[in-house]
This record gives sequence, C-alpha cells and structure tokens, in this order.
Amino acid sequence: MDLDPVLLSRMQFGLTALYHFIFVPLTLGLSILLAMMESVYVMTGKEIWKEMTQFWGKLFGINFAMGVATGITMEFQFGTNWAYYSHYVGDIFGVPLAIEGLMAFFLESSFVGLFFFGWNRLSKLQHLSVTWLVAIGSNLSALWILIANGWMQNPVGAEFNFETMRMEVTDITQVIFNPVAQAKFVHTVAAGYVTGAVFVLAISCWYLLKGRHTAFAKRSFAIAASFGLASSLSVVVLGDESGYVATEHQKMKIAAIEAMWDTEEAPASFTLVGWPDVENRTTHYGIHIPAVLGLIGTRSISQQLPGINELVQHAEQRIRSGLVAYRVLQDLRKNPDDLAQKEIFLNHRQDLGYALLLKVFMDDPLQATDADIKRAAENTIPNVPFLFWSFRIMVGLGFFFILLFGSAFLLSATQRFTRYPWFLRIGLLALPLPWVAAELGWCVAELGRQPWVIEGVLPTNLAASALSGGTVLGSLLGFVVFYSTLAVVDAWLMVKYARLGPGEHHPQTGQSSAQAQESAS
Amino acid sequence: MMELLNYENLRLIWWLFIGVLLIGFAVMDGFDLGVAAMLPFVARTDNERRVAINSIGPTWEGNQVWFILGGGAVFAAFPLLYATAFSGFYFAMFLVLVALIVRPVGFDFRHKIDDSRWRAAWDTCLFIGGVVPAVVFGVAIGNLFLGVPFTFDEDMRLFYTGGFWALLNPFALLVGVVSLSMLVMQGATFLSLKTEGDVARRAGQVMTIACAVFVVTFIIAGIWVSYGMDGYVITSEVNPLAPSNPLAKTVSTESGAWLANYTANPLLFVFPVIALAGALGARVLVKAQAHVLAFISSSLTVAGTIATAGASLFPFFMPSSQNLDASLTLWDASSSHTTLMIMFFATLIFLPLIIIYTSWIYRVMRGKVTEDYVKSNSGSLY
Repeated sequence: MDLDPVLLSRMQFGLTALYHFIFVPLTLGLSILLAMMESVYVMTGKEIWKEMTQFWGKLFGINFAMGVATGITMEFQFGTNWAYYSHYVGDIFGVPLAIEGLMAFFLESSFVGLFFFGWNRLSKLQHLSVTWLVAIGSNLSALWILIANGWMQNPVGAEFNFETMRMEVTDITQVIFNPVAQAKFVHTVAAGYVTGAVFVLAISCWYLLKGRHTAFAKRSFAIAASFGLASSLSVVVLGDESGYVATEHQKMKIAAIEAMWDTEEAPASFTLVGWPDVENRTTHYGIHIPAVLGLIGTRSISQQLPGINELVQHAEQRIRSGLVAYRVLQDLRKNPDDLAQKEIFLNHRQDLGYALLLKVFMDDPLQATDADIKRAAENTIPNVPFLFWSFRIMVGLGFFFILLFGSAFLLSATQRFTRYPWFLRIGLLALPLPWVAAELGWCVAELGRQPWVIEGVLPTNLAASALSGGTVLGSLLGFVVFYSTLAVVDAWLMVKYARLGPGEHHPQTGQSSAQAQESAS
Repeated sequence: MMELLNYENLRLIWWLFIGVLLIGFAVMDGFDLGVAAMLPFVARTDNERRVAINSIGPTWEGNQVWFILGGGAVFAAFPLLYATAFSGFYFAMFLVLVALIVRPVGFDFRHKIDDSRWRAAWDTCLFIGGVVPAVVFGVAIGNLFLGVPFTFDEDMRLFYTGGFWALLNPFALLVGVVSLSMLVMQGATFLSLKTEGDVARRAGQVMTIACAVFVVTFIIAGIWVSYGMDGYVITSEVNPLAPSNPLAKTVSTESGAWLANYTANPLLFVFPVIALAGALGARVLVKAQAHVLAFISSSLTVAGTIATAGASLFPFFMPSSQNLDASLTLWDASSSHTTLMIMFFATLIFLPLIIIYTSWIYRVMRGKVTEDYVKSNSGSLY
C-alpha cells in the first residue's frame, strides 16, 4: 500500500491539535474563574473562597500541565511536518507565534508556579495579582495563536516575493487587526469560558447530588452559573460567522456550512436541517428559516451571499489568472530585472496560489487542460455534509448551554440549588458537551479551509515536508500510543481528585486532610 | 538611529538574539534538565526526591518557555532554518518532544498519588525527560559542524536525505556528552544552592564528575573541530542586504576552516577560556560553599560554550553536506527586513520585562528546600 505522507501529516496534525484543544478551553475558562473566586476571597476575607480557589486550582494544575506539554507538539510540527509551509509563510506566521511566547506564554508559565507555591510567601493581594496574571497570560496566548490562525483563513498584510519564493509581511497591523482573527479570538475564549463554567457546574452538581461539601458546591455552582450564562450568550452572539464574509474561501466555508449550492437573493434563508447531497449538488428535505443566514453572515439584509456553484466558477477564473502569474514567475526567477514580465506578474500575483492547486494533479501546472482546471476548481469545495452537521451540532449545543446556565442562574439566584435533583443530573451529564462543541467548532474552521492551508495562497498538499509515508506513519503511531496513555492517566487523576473533593488535598487516597494531619504529627 | 537597523545589522542582531535565547534556555531550563537527569543519583528516598524536584518546582514551567520562545524566534527570524532543522531531524525532534511532554506531566502528576510504583514510574520519566533533550541538543549541534545532507529545488522545496541513525556519529555523540555534562553541572550547582544535607552533598559529588567530564570532552571536541574535520567557507561574494536565497552563493569545504574566525580575530578565544574557567571556578566555589557565585560561574560556562560554537560556525547555521551551496547562513536564511524589525522591537520590549518578573519570582521563592519543608507541605508541593 502506498502511504500518503501528506494525508498522514494532516491526520497527525489534526489529532494532536484536537488533543491539545481538550486542555486549552478549560485552561482559558478555569483560569478566569480562579481569579474571580480569589478576588471574592480577597474582598470578603471568607476562607471558603480561598479553599475554592485552591481546590479548583488543583484540577486546573492537572489540566495546565497537559495543555502546556501538548502545545509544544504544535509548535514543533510546523517545522517537522510542514517544512514548505514554514518556509513559505514563516515570515508572517512566525511573528505572532514568537510574540505569543514573549508576551503571553512566558507570563502564564512563570506565574503559574507562584500560584501553586506562593500561597505562604505572598500577601493576599500579591497572590491575587499572580492569579490574574496567569489568567491574562492564558488569554493573551489565545489571542496571538488565533491571530496566527486567523491569518491562515484570511491572509492579509502580506505579498508574495518572487525573489525569495515566499510570502512576506507588508503591513503587520493588518495581520494583528485581521477581522477574522478578532472574531475567532472572541468566539474561542468565550467558548473556553463556557467550558470552564460547565466543568465547575457539573462537578458542583455532583457534590450537591451526593450531599457532600454543600456550602462549597453551592458557591461554586453560583459563580459558574453567572459566568457561564454571560459566556454562553457571548459565544452564540459573537459567533465566528462575522468573519466568514471576509474572503472568497470564507464565503465558501459559510456556503458549505449551509449546504447552499446556489446563490440566493439577499437576505438568504437559513437551513435549519436538511440532507446535503453532494453528488447532485442539492440539499433534500431542507427546513428553511427566511432571512436568518443573510443576517448572520453579512449583518445586513441587502448583501448577497454567494452559493457554492458560483464560488467554484470564481475559483476557475482565478486559476486561469494564477497560471499567468505562474508562467511569468518561472521567467522572473531566471531574470529578475525583466520589468515587462514583472508587471504582468504583479497584476496576477494575488491568484498565484490558485495555480498551485493544480500541483495536486501534475508537477507542471502549465500543462493543465481545461478539464484539469475544472477539476481543480471543483476541488475547492470542502466536505459539505461534515461541515453542515458539525456546525448544527455546535450551534445546538450553544443554545443548550444558554438554557442550562439560564436555569442554573435562576436556581442559584433563588437559593433553590437542590430543589430539582433532575436538573443537577442534567448539569452533571453536560460535562463532556462543551468539549464536543469546541472540537467541532475547530473542525468546522479548519476543514472548512480545505483544500487550502493558507486560504488562496498555499494548498495543503504543497505545504508538507518531503518525508516518506513510513516516517510519518511511525511518528503518528507513536503519538497515538503516547497520547492515549497520557489521556487515560490524566482522566483518572482528574476523576480521583474531583472525587476527593475540597479540603482533602492530601495525596494519600481515602485519607481526609484531618487524618493526614494526625498521621503527620 | 533607524539607519543602524538596516537589513545587514538586523540579521546580525537576530543571529545574536538566537544565541541569547539559546543561552537563556541552557542556563535556565538547563538546570531543570540537569536536576532531572541526576535525580536517581542524588536522591535515594522519596523525601529526598521531593526535595530535589521541589527545588525546581516553582520555576521549571517558566524556564522551559525559553526553549519554546527559542523555537518561535527561529521560526519568525530564520524560517528556512526552522523548516530544515525540524523536518531534517524528524525523529530526533520527536524524541525531544516525548521527553519534553513527560517532563511537565511528571512534575505535576508524580506527587498526586502516594504509591511507590507510581512515583518510581514518574521518576523514570523525569530522568528520561532530563537526559534525552540534553543529549539530543548536543548531538544536533555536533551535526551542524559536520554538515547535514539536504538541498532545495527551484521552488525552495526542501529535501533531506539523511536518516536518524546517521545523526548518531562519534563526533555528534561526543558533543552530546559535552552538552549533557554541562547541563548536569548546571543542575548540580543549582541543587547545591537550593538544598542541604545528603542531597546537597551528593550534588557536590555529581558536580565534580560532571565538571571533569565536561572539561575533557570540551577540549577533545575543540581539537576535533580544529584539526579533525573540514569546515565550510563561502567562496562567492556575500551581499548582506540581498533577499534571502541560499542557492545564490557558492560554498566549499576546507580543513581547519572552523577555526578561521578565531585566527582572524583571536579575541574570540575568550569564549572557550570562559567556558573552561567557569567550570573549574564553579567546582572550587561549590567546595567553598559560595553557592550563588558557583551558579554564576557555571552559567558562564554554559554561555561560553554556546558562544564558542557560535563563533566557530559564523556565519553558518546549518551547512549542507549534500549540496554545499545550499548551506544556510544568517545572510540567506532570514526573514524579510520588515519582520526582523518587528521582532526586534517586540523583543526589546518584552525580554527585559521577562527578566524583571522572573527575577522577582526567584526572589519570592528564594531559600533552601529542606526535607522538613516538603514533609510539612505534602499537599501543596510536588
């Protein structure tokens, strides 16, 4: 069997990214919740809030270690498996990654040690500042990573330089204030806050069901409910779609998410459910809500959203234009001072990436026939049914979280925490759901970007390192075994410490802190 | 002022910055790696191990960011170097990655269950997590001197033709030992500073051995580089302002060329002298119980060693043994002028801040880690 190193590299990157993203949202949300709990402690002086900070902090610590560790993999992989990508866009993409290290990652990682070890060495206010710095560092970290990721979806502020054969920065402010990146940041951190809130709520529900640590659990329940309500409203209202109109392929992404094959009159209707039929390019049994999609996608009632078929035609035109740039590029590389050629190149430069789409089928895109060009244009359609369903599950979960936190908020505001045990059970069972939503959201964003790794600039197939399939298979299998083992250990520890509950920090199993103190003295 | 920040100077500055980050990593995370690598030798009981681990407990997490930042900075400032080194050393990087993942997890998970098999398993992980990166980094640097088999096609696609086992040649392994002994020395010096009693005593013994191994292997490696292998030289004219294109120059190999910078500028010999004097000084100072000075002295060794290698390789980063002309130098593997400028200012703002708050954290956590301390804080410490 012929192993495809690109496919294997994609699988490896996808799996390790999804794995990393198990820990990231919880770090984002829980760090803010910890800072809020400790703020209450410092303001009221009530010990129980310190106990809460320390207990949830313990679970935070287990999660944080995994998040940091698996994040290193992500940074490595651009170089190991996507060498051409690193060369082609490192001039831009490397900048937010390096700034993330300088500005954010150093901050959170340096202070997280003090968060755990500094309780007896810092004043209350100093320790509170440390906790906030960890939370701010984590969130800034997300900002810079999403600026990098946003640039992959909407590569602004950069131009291709034929002398170096790569993209180079022309305007860094555009890269930083990229609307897609900003939309992604707000949406992703809000999703992280929801994750943190569901985590605290679910475990608190469990304590309340068991009748353990009731005072502790009620306070945790209340703070998670209000924080979760605000976050779940933000995550839905500040959805990612506002960035989807920014560029051609972002439009393709939203058309694919909606399985909208043909362009509709503005404002487009929203397909609540239906059955996307890729072969016949239609969607069966669709239930439509008038005007909603147009409103979500364009924030207007007059702007038209193009359908998939129209976008494929655009792609075809751009491939033809890109081929002009590609042809001239070969000459320019040999003779950089040919001004006439250079002008042609500059006129078609923005479509160069589209010509590279042909490299999937042939080494020399200049040999492409009309049929090849059509095929490459068709290839710009991402996996419609997958995007359609993932998006709907994610959004459905988003509305469920609003309902969940809305009810929880009412219960806590009226002090009826334990009145409805069935609600506590739902709260507990909701525990895995924010992860489902977050991972699906990630899949929608990144699979919706295919076949591009950098939208309109570099096709995924071309971005990989020239490794053999066997090599990548080896590392992929290594990751699967290694990560699965870690996942089991991590989950086991989390459950163990959640079961132990607050006030029982001693690592010895089944021993309460009181017993531990006795045996120590 | 901005005149000074022309493309040529920024390329030089970034070459220096990468060196500074590498030294920052080896000094700071170096002692964490070193402590982990000697864990089985300096700490016999669980309490002793906890003393050793807790001596680096509050700070290892921040320290390892030096490494991640180094990676990010190479990505941003020298993308071709990042692409070539990481994809070329594919399995070596994978090994480092596994080691760097089990380490944080080990620190955090080890103390969470009071079971001797559980803790022994994580001790092994921490040991591996200390030794493997220390050796692999040395092996990688060693291979840079020998040249690495890679080339580019006309689209600048990178082709690497060497395998993993070829990296483990005698010279590279020797540099691996230099690196390991250097970081163990750094770790042992730190442990002498932070602990007392048996752990500190054994750390002193490890320090003596590591120091001796370092001095001997460093000298052998120096002689080998000077007389036992060919160095690389650029034979065409270098335009330090030209757009980055490694294929635009010609390169050849010459015996003794890795010494060329030293003969041209004998002041550079100060680096190897610092490396050796720092090691011997640290040894003397540890014996004299002047632990802070010993740590500074050992850190100077780390800086001197990395500077020695950098001064020899300059202007090369990664010579290619397969297509000499494709060798990566700081003149033709860098980012654009704009990117180097942006990153220069970002570093200028944030690096001092990092140093300030890191120093504050060390001040807060100053003092010895003792057995009584770890016993009475078993819930809140590692």
